[in-house]
Amino acid sequence: MISDYLQTVDWSRAQFALTAVYHWFFVPLTLGLGVLVAIMETLYYRTGEEFWRRTTRFWMRLFGINFAIGVATGLILEFEFGTNWSNYSHFVGDIFGAPLAIEGIMAFFLETTFIAVMFFGWGKVSRGFHLASTWLTALGANLSALWILVANAWMQHPVGCSFNLQTVRNEMTSFWDVALSPVAVNKFLHTVTSAFTLAALFVVGVSAWYLLRRREERMARKSIALASAFGLVFALLTAATGDQSGAVIARVQPMKLAAMEALYEGGQGAPLTVIGWVRPDGRPVNGEIVRYKIDIPRMLSVMSFRDADAYVPGIRDLVYGNAKYGIMSTAEKMARGRVAVGELARYRAAKEADDRETMTAIEAEFDASTPEGEEFLREYFAYFGYGYLESPEQTVPNVPLLFYSFRVMVGAGMFFILLLAAVWWFNHRDRLAEKRWLLRLCIWTIPLAYLASQAGWALAEAGRQPWAIQDLMPVSVAASRIPSASVCVTFFLFLALFSALLAAEIGIMLRQIAKGPEPEKE
Amino acid sequence: MNMLISLQFLQHYWWFLIALLGALLVFLLFVQGGQAAARWIARSEEERNLVLNATGRKWELTFTTLVTFGGAFFASFPLFYSTSFGGAFYVWTAILLCFVLQAVAYEYRRKPGNVWGARTFDAFLTINGVLGPLLLGTAVSTLFTGAPFTVDRFNLAEWAGEGDAVISQWATPWHGLDALANGWNIVLGAAVALLAMTLGCQYLMNSVADETIACRARRCMLPAALGFVACFVAWLVRLLCAVGYAADPATGTIHAEPYKYLHNLAAMPYVAVVLLAGVLLVLRSIRMGWRGSRKAIWFGGSGTVLTVLALLLCAGWNHTAYYPSLVDMQSSLTIADSSSSLFTLRVMAWVSLLIPFVAAYIWYAWRAIDRRPLTRDELREGGHQY
Repeated sequence: MISDYLQTVDWSRAQFALTAVYHWFFVPLTLGLGVLVAIMETLYYRTGEEFWRRTTRFWMRLFGINFAIGVATGLILEFEFGTNWSNYSHFVGDIFGAPLAIEGIMAFFLETTFIAVMFFGWGKVSRGFHLASTWLTALGANLSALWILVANAWMQHPVGCSFNLQTVRNEMTSFWDVALSPVAVNKFLHTVTSAFTLAALFVVGVSAWYLLRRREERMARKSIALASAFGLVFALLTAATGDQSGAVIARVQPMKLAAMEALYEGGQGAPLTVIGWVRPDGRPVNGEIVRYKIDIPRMLSVMSFRDADAYVPGIRDLVYGNAKYGIMSTAEKMARGRVAVGELARYRAAKEADDRETMTAIEAEFDASTPEGEEFLREYFAYFGYGYLESPEQTVPNVPLLFYSFRVMVGAGMFFILLLAAVWWFNHRDRLAEKRWLLRLCIWTIPLAYLASQAGWALAEAGRQPWAIQDLMPVSVAASRIPSASVCVTFFLFLALFSALLAAEIGIMLRQIAKGPEPEKE
Repeated sequence: MNMLISLQFLQHYWWFLIALLGALLVFLLFVQGGQAAARWIARSEEERNLVLNATGRKWELTFTTLVTFGGAFFASFPLFYSTSFGGAFYVWTAILLCFVLQAVAYEYRRKPGNVWGARTFDAFLTINGVLGPLLLGTAVSTLFTGAPFTVDRFNLAEWAGEGDAVISQWATPWHGLDALANGWNIVLGAAVALLAMTLGCQYLMNSVADETIACRARRCMLPAALGFVACFVAWLVRLLCAVGYAADPATGTIHAEPYKYLHNLAAMPYVAVVLLAGVLLVLRSIRMGWRGSRKAIWFGGSGTVLTVLALLLCAGWNHTAYYPSLVDMQSSLTIADSSSSLFTLRVMAWVSLLIPFVAAYIWYAWRAIDRRPLTRDELREGGHQY
């Protein structure tokens, strides 16, 4: 029987995941459609054609329906760091809070101010001002993505900080290390390019529906021409940044890489599994977790370290250690983490007893400017979070979930590139309307785009487990101490509410698409 | 330059910015107030649309201010964020739910295919309009009346499993509902809700060019305003007579001090002047509103900002515990012991230099599209509307 607190941790994880999943149903479309609408309005501004004004206004209406619910779920996410993850908020608030505040000041106001001009400013402000507002709305949305992704990247790869013994928390020492860490840069580029691809697929899919029904054919064809080219470029960039992500993960989160590849035994020249069947419990039999697999020899080594002979550690190496390759076992990391946590306890006792000598000695250990401090922080505090774990196996995330999420994401991404290229080509050759199977495929690709996008986040976040902050704080000490029943109730409350709102959003969206753009002016 | 920007200065600077954001948020609650008052002011479908389109054009600003207020609080005083939000779980969750309802209600209320019908989304707006300010006011009152929590950062030295490693713990199982046990919290909640309604009526008198709406808004404003004045004066008098928690500047030790908030006003006369000016401006706006002036909202709004700003400065400055603990006095939070590090506060201070620029473009953009008040004809013309 697990304790009530650990049940709270589980329910808090479920609630945060639920909110994040719902939030991410709306955000990518906002990010990408904002830019597409801005490009369309630019065409209207440059040509003065009523056609582009009408087209812009149609897609803008769909943008607005989607925007509101993204804002609503985003509010919950921000405050859940406090309500459900209070220990986390204290332990890293000094670093994590800053991007959130900057996001509010720099991005949210930009977005909300100019979205009002975008919707209500037609005919009230000059065309140039209106166009600028549409671009600024898109910029604001993407800037807000930047800052929250910087915060998320820091959880995956905590850099630019040091531990302060007096405040018992991590504190920022370099803003630029946090903002420009390789994980942050790559995460932003990968997320935004994938969001642009999703929005392009949405525009292509909706336009395909019009072509199938032989309605609004000019708008549909022009929208497809724009969105397919836009989507193709960004789908290729998504693939490139995704490839780079793999290389970054190999360095900073090797367990995530091993789990998503279901690679139990590491080795040199490691193969990449294209597809296979993963044992549901994620446990190995005869050193293998995946059966019936198709491998590409040496590919994982190439993708991870750009070297066909590079050594890629497997789950077993990371959990139990591998002396040959200098990999420390998790048990050893736990022992060192316990020393670090123990020193904290010793400092607390010394403080209560007013034992100055012990306090000074421990303060020196946590002082990075002294040689002994530098050593203690590197050799012991670096594994602080491991001190809270109960078994080395806890460091293995959900292997089947990661394995399949990764393949859904990558497989779908490859398919999007082919689809967008085909759509662009046939549309360019004026033969798209004949390819009714392709048009139907475009419509069915919309849900696939959402699935792929969600799979990417499942990989990123479930792959971080058991950590709230990689190596420094496991989720099991990050949550607030509230009764598990309370979080269970709020979980179902949010589930019901978000589902009801999602149903309304889909209902309105479908009705607006069926209605089509406003009537043409005489 | 860097030497001048000390930790103490930045803690005060960031508390000022938090107080300012909080003050602007209370002013912008006129959107909620307008939503709550809509049922009295609007009697036909068209009138309802007129009222809700007028408030709807500002909802995102209120919402964004709330989000930024939360983000800035997290970044500058993370210990408050973790203690209050993680402790008073039910109250903050209820507040969030209220605001989620609002975010979609405007956009969806009249759209075909919205599944739940216009009445449901209008009910969401009423719930948000009444409960949002009421709960926010109740929660903010605990900055003065306190809450039952303990803080021990070294709890992190405890093992995981039972939750003993959580540094901020709530001493009762009520997790925020305990705020309702103190009548003065509810009085401030009611004051904020009634002030929001007063401002909402004043805003509608300003932003809707319609005699009927203006006349009803004027009549609706008066009882709300009188209720607000009664609640607020009672709460303020009680506050000035209350025992507050003071921190020893040298040791950080907290002790109880009778008339602490009155002493704060005496020690910071400029805050007292701001408070007085704010209260007088709000009173003047009520008088102007009753006389039918369209400009009442400008006085009511600026008065609200000044009043709330002064009260929040009074809560945090002058070595005051801005979040008193009712169960362990030394756990009470002050701006000195709950802030982010000097480095983080400095980084964010640089970012805060953007705030005047942000305020300027908000002003410019709104002036561009909001020069003329909303009319029935504009709604009949179509275009994007709620």
